Amino acid sequence: MACDEYKDLMMGYLDNELSAEQQQHLKEHLSACRECAGELEEFKKLKQITENVTLVEPEDRLWQQYWDGIYNRVERSIGWIIFSVAAILLTIYGGFKAIEAIITDPTVGLLLKIAMLALLVGLAILFVSVLRERIFFWSKDRYKDVRR
Amino acid sequence: MGSVCEEELVVIDPARRGSKEAFESIVKIYMKNAYFIALGLVGNRDDALELSQEAFILAYRNIKRLKPNRKFFPWFYQILRNVCFSHLRKRRHRQTRSLEEIEEQTPIADVDDSFTPDVVAERNETKDMIWKAIGKLDDKHREVIILRHFQNLSYEQIAQNLFCSRGTVMSRLYHARKKLKELLRTKKGGETNGM
Repeated sequence: MACDEYKDLMMGYLDNELSAEQQQHLKEHLSACRECAGELEEFKKLKQITENVTLVEPEDRLWQQYWDGIYNRVERSIGWIIFSVAAILLTIYGGFKAIEAIITDPTVGLLLKIAMLALLVGLAILFVSVLRERIFFWSKDRYKDVRR
Repeated sequence: MGSVCEEELVVIDPARRGSKEAFESIVKIYMKNAYFIALGLVGNRDDALELSQEAFILAYRNIKRLKPNRKFFPWFYQILRNVCFSHLRKRRHRQTRSLEEIEEQTPIADVDDSFTPDVVAERNETKDMIWKAIGKLDDKHREVIILRHFQNLSYEQIAQNLFCSRGTVMSRLYHARKKLKELLRTKKGGETNGM
């Protein structure tokens, strides 16, 4: 086996993750290869100093409020969804009512009425087009069931 | 993380059925792991708190997708790392754009800019230097160092969380530690601090 093939085993040795057989195999190589033995020594020192690094434990208050932070965000996002749906429905309703009032108003000119109808038809076509594209894309999306 | 599995078994099914209380119990089991992993991946406390909570929110919304008899944490870990890596990508993109906008010839800021050593306990020069060097590693290499050194996970557990083999874990650790060694050497200007 070439030296490169022992590199991964060195990590296992360093972290006590090798079987007795693998350890023996590596030790035989190390006794014959000064370069790999030297590299392992460097890794041992690196591991030692890295293990001395610990991270500051946050105040207890952070853990006590952790779940509340999550719950509040979930609640707020539900609130935003409901608000957005209601705002969209009201806007559509209000828009239709306004257009209806203009179209049925005898004092409004024919050109404006045609323009309003064209606006409605255009919006409807745009909506159907986007919706169809979304549905088509979703049904063909190869990654929709990718494990998360 | 092995000892909490029984505790998890009791609450995982009710959580999957939509119980808020059960999910709260799961959060309380894993919140510290999630926070410290996020801290290791993104480097600062505020982002770590925000992103770990965001990952739990996504898990809460998608918990029905967690297959029966599968452990919560490896599944959750995929969400957490996606959230953190996506945040880092956006940060890099923002930094690159702002640099382009001001048309300066300064080097592009990297993840390590947010790896401030104030999160390191009982600080000294060497520990600060290691933390900064960890921040300079590639995402995948930093991830494996965080899981091994800061979460004390076994190779088997790391492999489960990363959905890869033990061999891949060993290989990734080798390259991560090698890079870390080089970074520390460069920092010391050739002096190796005993390495």
